[in-house]
Amino acid sequence: MFVMNPKRRKVLFTIIFIVMGMGLATALALKAFQENLLYFYSPMQIKNGEAPTNRAFRIGGLVVDGSVQRDQQSLVVSFDLTDTLYNVTVNYDGILPDLFSEGQGIVANGRLDEDGIFKATQVLAKHDENYMPPEVAQALADAGAQIPTDHLKAQK
Amino acid sequence: MFDILDKYGAPKNAYTLACTLTPWFGWITAALFVAGLVGGLILAPPDYEQGESFRIIYVHVPSAWMSLFVYMVMASAGAMGLVWKVKVADAIARSCAPMGAWFTFLALATGSLWGKPMWGTWWVWDARLTSELILLFLYLGYMALQSAIDDRRMAARAGAVLALVGVVNIPIIHYSVEWWSTLHQGPTVSKFDAPSIHISMLIPLLIMTLAFMSYFATILMVRVRGEILDQERNTSWVRKLCEKSEA
Repeated sequence: MFVMNPKRRKVLFTIIFIVMGMGLATALALKAFQENLLYFYSPMQIKNGEAPTNRAFRIGGLVVDGSVQRDQQSLVVSFDLTDTLYNVTVNYDGILPDLFSEGQGIVANGRLDEDGIFKATQVLAKHDENYMPPEVAQALADAGAQIPTDHLKAQK
Repeated sequence: MFDILDKYGAPKNAYTLACTLTPWFGWITAALFVAGLVGGLILAPPDYEQGESFRIIYVHVPSAWMSLFVYMVMASAGAMGLVWKVKVADAIARSCAPMGAWFTFLALATGSLWGKPMWGTWWVWDARLTSELILLFLYLGYMALQSAIDDRRMAARAGAVLALVGVVNIPIIHYSVEWWSTLHQGPTVSKFDAPSIHISMLIPLLIMTLAFMSYFATILMVRVRGEILDQERNTSWVRKLCEKSEA
């Protein structure tokens, strides 16, 4: 049943050709749309002027320790986002997700104003890929170890 | 190797083999699900950051993996049907699609339920979520195509070509979190270095994955049996089988 004859070989090669051709075409298309597929820009990309200035976009980074300032009267909050290379200040008026904390990865949607401050209309928490029991996390923190995250690493 | 494939490529032998194996796989599936659910929902510790909500990974991650795996089974079976015209391979490909669609739907739904409290949103159009949604549409498109064509051979051939063209989406889903910045987190288990999940949480996850695999195998055999009977309904062995069960 699984004997190869010229006709079957032809069908097999056609299939391989179709799959490889589709792969190549998709790879080229994705390469061309690389820019649009980024869900967020890093602070460094904003500094380099790669982020759009005339429309809303998303920024992703870690909340800088000690940078969170809350307004006592309202929900207005301001904090710095970093990719360890450059910091961008974010202003936001709204409810923050439960996971929001200093050192947490965040993706904010909004636009950049003239002073280089990011006015966010939505703030989402980006969860990292680490799963561990509380005791292990505590032990890591006690030992002064950094929980390894590579999800918001600086993008060159 | 090819002798075995030769033997079970014959619909009658494949049907008999599936009948023998189904109950075994059924019991293995039940045992694995009990072990995985007890391990995941009771024995595993809560997560340091997400608390108890992290337990949704015991359904979300296996169903997401299965959505990719089932697609590869479907496309490979389709290719075998195209090249060697194996009828059993066509039956397997056709049986895979609804299950793959359900696994994909389950992965999307559980992810959405988790995303609302954790991310703060039900849905975002990032590369991972969007490519997984495209996978759901591929499955649905395959099923629609199968039911739109009356002739079995034609339907199997058209479906196989669609499935093979869609294979390009599988590596995109898998690597989307590494190629582009996404809201979805990066890989936890399939990293080159050690997995970023504590061993006490990882073991139930692996058991649940085996349970999903075994569940897929069980239901696949049941479905393939039905497909074979339908496909071979005019042959003498199916007629004999029916007479035997009626008597």
